[in-house]
Amino acid sequence: MFAIDYEDLGTPAPVEEAGPVTVEIDGKPVTVPAGTSVMRAAALAGTGVPKLCATDTLKAFGSCRMCLVEIEGRKGYPASCTTTVAPGMKIRTQSEKLAQLRRGVLDLYLSEHPLDPAGARTELRDVVETVGLTQTSYGPRPAREPMPRDESNPYFTFDPEQCIVCSRCVRACDEVQGTFALTVQGRGLQSKIAASQDDPFLESECVSCGACVEACPTTALMEKSLIRLGQPEHAVTTTCAYCGVGCSFKAEVRGDGAATEVVRMVPSRDGHANHGHACVKGRFAYGYATHADRVLKPMIRKSIRDEWREVSWDEAIGYAASELRRIQAKYGRDSVGGITSSRCTNEETFLVQKMVRAAFGNNNVDTCARVCHSPTGYGLKSTIGESAGTQAFTSVAKADVMMVVGANPTDGHPVFASQMKQRLRQGAKLIVLDPRAIGLVRSPHIAADVHLQLKPGTNVAMLNAIAHVIVTEGLTQDDYVASRCEPESYQLWKELIAAERNSPEAMEAVTGVPADFVRRAARLYAAGPNSAIYYGLGVTEHSQGSTAVMALANIAMVTGNLGREGVGVNPLRGQNNVQGSCDMGSFPHEFSAYRHVSDPVVRGTFEREWGVGLQAEPGLRISNMFEAALDGTFRGMYVQGEDFVQSDPNTHHVTRAMESLECLIVQDLFLNETAKFAHVFLPGSSFLEKDGTFTNAERRISRVRKIMPPKAGYEDWQVTMLLSAALGYPMSYRHPSEIMEEIARLTPTFAGVTYEKIDRLGSIQWPCNDAAPEGTPTMHVHQFVRGKGKFCLTEYVPTSERSTSRFPLILTTGRVLTQYNVGAQTRRTDNVIWHSEDLLEIHPHDAEVRGISDGDWVGLTSRAGETVLRAKVTERIAPGVVYTTFHFPETNANVVTTENSDWATNCPEYKVTAVEVVLVNQKDAWRKRTAEERAMPRPARRRTRDPAPA
Amino acid sequence: MNIDLLVKMANEISAYFASEPDPEQAAKDVAAHLRRYWEPRMRRQIIAYYEERRGAGLSELALRGVGLLAAAETANTPPL
Ligand code: SF4
Ligand code: SF4
Ligand code: FES
Repeated sequence: MFAIDYEDLGTPAPVEEAGPVTVEIDGKPVTVPAGTSVMRAAALAGTGVPKLCATDTLKAFGSCRMCLVEIEGRKGYPASCTTTVAPGMKIRTQSEKLAQLRRGVLDLYLSEHPLDPAGARTELRDVVETVGLTQTSYGPRPAREPMPRDESNPYFTFDPEQCIVCSRCVRACDEVQGTFALTVQGRGLQSKIAASQDDPFLESECVSCGACVEACPTTALMEKSLIRLGQPEHAVTTTCAYCGVGCSFKAEVRGDGAATEVVRMVPSRDGHANHGHACVKGRFAYGYATHADRVLKPMIRKSIRDEWREVSWDEAIGYAASELRRIQAKYGRDSVGGITSSRCTNEETFLVQKMVRAAFGNNNVDTCARVCHSPTGYGLKSTIGESAGTQAFTSVAKADVMMVVGANPTDGHPVFASQMKQRLRQGAKLIVLDPRAIGLVRSPHIAADVHLQLKPGTNVAMLNAIAHVIVTEGLTQDDYVASRCEPESYQLWKELIAAERNSPEAMEAVTGVPADFVRRAARLYAAGPNSAIYYGLGVTEHSQGSTAVMALANIAMVTGNLGREGVGVNPLRGQNNVQGSCDMGSFPHEFSAYRHVSDPVVRGTFEREWGVGLQAEPGLRISNMFEAALDGTFRGMYVQGEDFVQSDPNTHHVTRAMESLECLIVQDLFLNETAKFAHVFLPGSSFLEKDGTFTNAERRISRVRKIMPPKAGYEDWQVTMLLSAALGYPMSYRHPSEIMEEIARLTPTFAGVTYEKIDRLGSIQWPCNDAAPEGTPTMHVHQFVRGKGKFCLTEYVPTSERSTSRFPLILTTGRVLTQYNVGAQTRRTDNVIWHSEDLLEIHPHDAEVRGISDGDWVGLTSRAGETVLRAKVTERIAPGVVYTTFHFPETNANVVTTENSDWATNCPEYKVTAVEVVLVNQKDAWRKRTAEERAMPRPARRRTRDPAPA
Repeated sequence: MNIDLLVKMANEISAYFASEPDPEQAAKDVAAHLRRYWEPRMRRQIIAYYEERRGAGLSELALRGVGLLAAAETANTPPL
């Protein structure tokens, strides 16, 4: 069932914008775009036609015959969902005959599926009320063997007894999600819905996106939370706090104040990023927000070997501030710093960097985006002038060729992946660059045209080889380049790229990919006519991460694939607010909108607004902070919503740095791995408990709306304000909208952003200013933001991390659909049913020579450390390469990753680690050893009794 | 800070700029990058290492880049 406050229009809007058509519906003139269905036109005119098999996320199907209408001059009673409007059409939606026909259809449905008088509100129930039939005339249904309910999925049930086989679920799975998990089996009255080969949902191909549940007009497919909690009372529109797709949701709730309960999350059909779709994380995995592990009282301790002591907010804040000031007095102003989080809102991130710069008095602020997409910022800024993706997601519907590089959209960005798959099923071509056969390489009705299964660490070699083909085979768009790019840089780049050493043949030995594959891919991409690049952390998290981003921008420029719909260079951001946290000035060398701290004009505007002098020198990056901590010049740290002990590479190194801090302040929902080294713990608030905005991967600023009061008493931005005030630098915002007003005053690309405007438009893609008052879906339309595009040189420099006889395999890392990042949220939901541990994927050949079988425990060792996990033997991964995820602290894959990093930004090289894998017979001994190595005293935390202070 | 790490980082930065055909420009680019992105204590340390230990372990381009950086820091020229 769609959201409680939603008016379903029955069929989607026509795909192509077309001229207006005027028709008459029940005597009233109505004007709609050509191609609109009669059903939709009637709904837009405020005249609902009863329907069962239609909903406006799915193509009209015309099977239930409930929506019949009369059209003057036409015989019979056409179905309004499958009939499109024509000029001058006269339509009647109500008549005695129509009422009789509809009652007849409904009578038949009710004879098979009698309504439970106490049952939930459904579309079927609404239709019964509209049509005015409460009982079937067919008498009691003949007794038959009841069909069992399928309760296997943790989030929804399937009750075949209630299923009217309208096939909305089947079509939702096919058209919207693109998984094709459901079919109608059997015929006539015997027909029924089956998942995969009539398996329980949990064991089928179903990815639990919930599209079928929402599409179902009866109680056959229903959220378990809705069954458990009952009908929601109202809905609040907000934004998902998981990945960078940034889906808009209606949070449907019951109760108010501290008693507010989320009944279910329903993706907004008018959501600009997701258009009514969602994934298993956003739709279902929000239970972490109320998990018993939440810490709701501030705590302090003198030493990390002491027990935590619950204290008042005043005491915790006072202690934190006095410690930071003590440290600064002893070791100097630059001995402390702060970390912003890509999971927090723009406003919270902005405040943390403001506090560091204005109250700490230095530029030692960095963000977790450092370890994922900092090369995107550097690479795109250097070439085209703006540190952001160039398109809106909807642009993909106009792409003829997609090149997916080092990204796994079906797992990492599932809702956008569904949009990609829709376009691929329409015939767009697909090139995949990835060491692993990601989901898109082969899925129902989709196959990559070319999969370049390159060796980890050779992206730049591969992209240079692709560029070589484009340049030497004359596939360049010379007019585009001549009018839009710097001629000198183009000339230099062209000479470098055309050199024989960059040919696919010469690079074959480096990348491991046959030259003719590379040539095919290059020709396909250059042929377009609209070719779009989508990339992820498989590009950035390398020693040449920034170079690879530049290489992607170069390829797009030289083929004219920037500046219109259907093309572009698009980073798929991992966390919800990676784009936003970078935009907000979280990097130590930049104010908001990527302006260097040394620029006196920019710095002056901040100094005037903030009323303090600001440093003109760059501060420390996260990894620099660790180094400075180890050499004794960095002693105190404030960390909001970030768990770098689990997420950052070379864990042993990080933990040694953490141990050397005199004051670590962690603000989070949970006592995470980093909090084990903390002296002050400040309870955080979940996305349900605060107001603010997130900016997704397409630069779209969307509202996060408070659904319930913060469980620990304060929203995160308020906690930062408390700390800042205790440090002697008070801030006086009454609401995050006032923080946004300040952001807009100080940030040219946000100059036109206000909460009022976001509320009015639904969302805004920055830049939003006088030149683009409603935002900018496509960037670089007439010229590049930097003026002329610059071809940066991208010579391939191999990483120093290589396989050796001791460490003969290369480990690369990624994530799975149902888990998210370090798993702090998703591990605390039923999503663990799909993925309850990190697995090491290994090719059958590599497994066999090591005597490893599927499911065996294996030890994974690198020069940095070792861990133990279970093997999954699979051909998805090439020989010589192994792959794992980093969602579980028990595995902590980052124990083995190294200190190597991107040359320009120090983004860690997570994607390339030389390792050895051995069969482990005594798993526990191994685990004990690795656990002991990273062991820290773990005093029991006193349980928090009182759930919610005022 | 760990000087080996700083040397490694400086060499990696230089390895990127090494493809610039004008060697003067390449050294300037390295110096500008260090000036723009390295926190002062890191710059001070690599300059001290360059001056005291003649930059042992730095690549040829990194040496020239750090040399220019040292000169710029002494002259206090702005990094932009
Ligand atoms: S939950 Fe999603 S993937 Fe699963 S059957 Fe329904 S639509 Fe298909
Ligand atoms: S695709 Fe991303 S933003 Fe959308 S529901 Fe899933 S996790 Fe949330
Ligand atoms: S709603 Fe039109 S035929 Fe079912």
